[in-house]
Amino acid sequence: MQSFWKLAVLECKLYFRFPIMALFTLALPLMILILLGSIFGNEPSPLYGGYGSVDVSVPAYAAMIIAISAFISLPITLANYRERGILRRFRATPVSPAAVLGAQLVMQFLMTLLGMALLIVAGKLVYGLRFEGNALSVLAAFSLSCLSFFAFGMILAGLIPSVRLASIVGNVLLQPMIYLSGATIPLEVMSPRMREFIRFIPLTHVVTLLRGLWVGDVWSEHQTELIVLSAILVVCSIVAVKVFRWE
Amino acid sequence: MQQVIHVSHLGKMYGKTIAVDDLSFEVNEGEIFGMVGPNGAGKTTTIECLQGLRRPDQGEVCVLGLDPVRQEHSLRLVIGTQLQKAQLPDRLKVDEALDLFASFYPDPTPWPILLERLGLVEKKGAYISELSGGQQQRLFIALALINHPRLVFLDELTTGLDPQARHTIWDLVREIRAEGRTVFLTTHLMEEAEKLCDRVMIVDHGRVVALDTPSALVRSLGAESRVLFICEGAFDPQVLKAISAVSRVEQDGQRVIVYGRAPQPGQPPLIADVANALSAQRIAFTDIRMEQASLEDVFLQLTGRAIRD
Repeated sequence: MQSFWKLAVLECKLYFRFPIMALFTLALPLMILILLGSIFGNEPSPLYGGYGSVDVSVPAYAAMIIAISAFISLPITLANYRERGILRRFRATPVSPAAVLGAQLVMQFLMTLLGMALLIVAGKLVYGLRFEGNALSVLAAFSLSCLSFFAFGMILAGLIPSVRLASIVGNVLLQPMIYLSGATIPLEVMSPRMREFIRFIPLTHVVTLLRGLWVGDVWSEHQTELIVLSAILVVCSIVAVKVFRWE
Repeated sequence: MQQVIHVSHLGKMYGKTIAVDDLSFEVNEGEIFGMVGPNGAGKTTTIECLQGLRRPDQGEVCVLGLDPVRQEHSLRLVIGTQLQKAQLPDRLKVDEALDLFASFYPDPTPWPILLERLGLVEKKGAYISELSGGQQQRLFIALALINHPRLVFLDELTTGLDPQARHTIWDLVREIRAEGRTVFLTTHLMEEAEKLCDRVMIVDHGRVVALDTPSALVRSLGAESRVLFICEGAFDPQVLKAISAVSRVEQDGQRVIVYGRAPQPGQPPLIADVANALSAQRIAFTDIRMEQASLEDVFLQLTGRAIRD
């Protein structure tokens, strides 16, 4: 356990010492939010059911950050560890593999959470962000979404041998997903046929769940999202454990 | 003498490629044991089987009384490891790495002592990427020693280091032996194997081709001694061929090379016979020296000179 916490703390330090990932996960969504807010403001609008553009974007961008961590940050970090024999080095010690991978997941979760916190703080300070949900519910939904997507990220991390390939595969999956899920382009501006189609994109369910809970929906209104995300979590965890390789 | 490693009829295949083919050897407690061989000879696979990182297809492996596959965890607690091509994150600091690895073991050496011993005190807060090659290897040795291991594996420890750094590392390895620990190392440098190891095992095509002390290996080759000198005047090689130990004489301009048997114990070395013969004939010579066969000659004779990859 001691090793696990030491590893988790070191992973967080390493994250900030080599801040390219932080740029993606923390700075980029924040910049987009501020850019968008400065263009559209946060006045209540009938398009968003009486909420402003920033109000609906903060939970949607949180979903985007989850996807960036899962598809880019996590697989690239572990591919780098594998490529450079770092995983091999740990394997030659008595430290448990669960501690090494668990520390990585904890770090990715904390950084994703920090990304969302930055969005909330900026939204509140600059645009008077409205929040009508239950903070604990939103945190629980955020955590479930992280777990599901990180489990998928672990499959990528297990299968992809090099950093180059990890960044290609990660981006090929990420880019369409963040545009076709309501994470960047709001669901409200999409045609009904489009919205029908994007129900098959996993990230759409994260966006729908977080946006709903943000404005005070109750859990029973989001059974579909809960079932989909839980199913992804279970299936991907099983596959990830099966495909993971140390070298 | 107690055996620390016992390997009998070890075999490992990757698909249809035979990496290790019926390898048997033993390593005694307290010795520096070297494994050398051309690229692809099966060295890395052997070391991985000893550490429980790979499962052998055939044969028995016993390390410190443990089965590396079934008792993987117990084994990792009592061995120290430095792996070839295995690194740590660039932006990890020296003290962080030591503190982290100390947390993996129940009763670690206090790491500030190791920092001092390996001359890394000033580099305590440096990133690993800022260390020189020799400093990095010293850090990896420190990490390998943090659990008071009885057996330390050092895989190509000095590859790419300059001579100063290499000699520092050699002294460290001898210190490790002086503490009663056993060292199992692999190397590409025959000079390193010859100077550092108590016993050397030459492997090729996954098999042991020779295993003995470096001096016995050189002797077993029956290699010739060579005496080299410069002779500015004319001279008749017959003068030297008359010496019973001399097998042949080569002349290349002013340079003369005399080949002969290595002397039996109690007999004068070839160089003395040659110098006496030349003096007796009043032949002027300079720069006389003797070259003895080295482990490198043995290695090349046993494994061939063809380039491998």
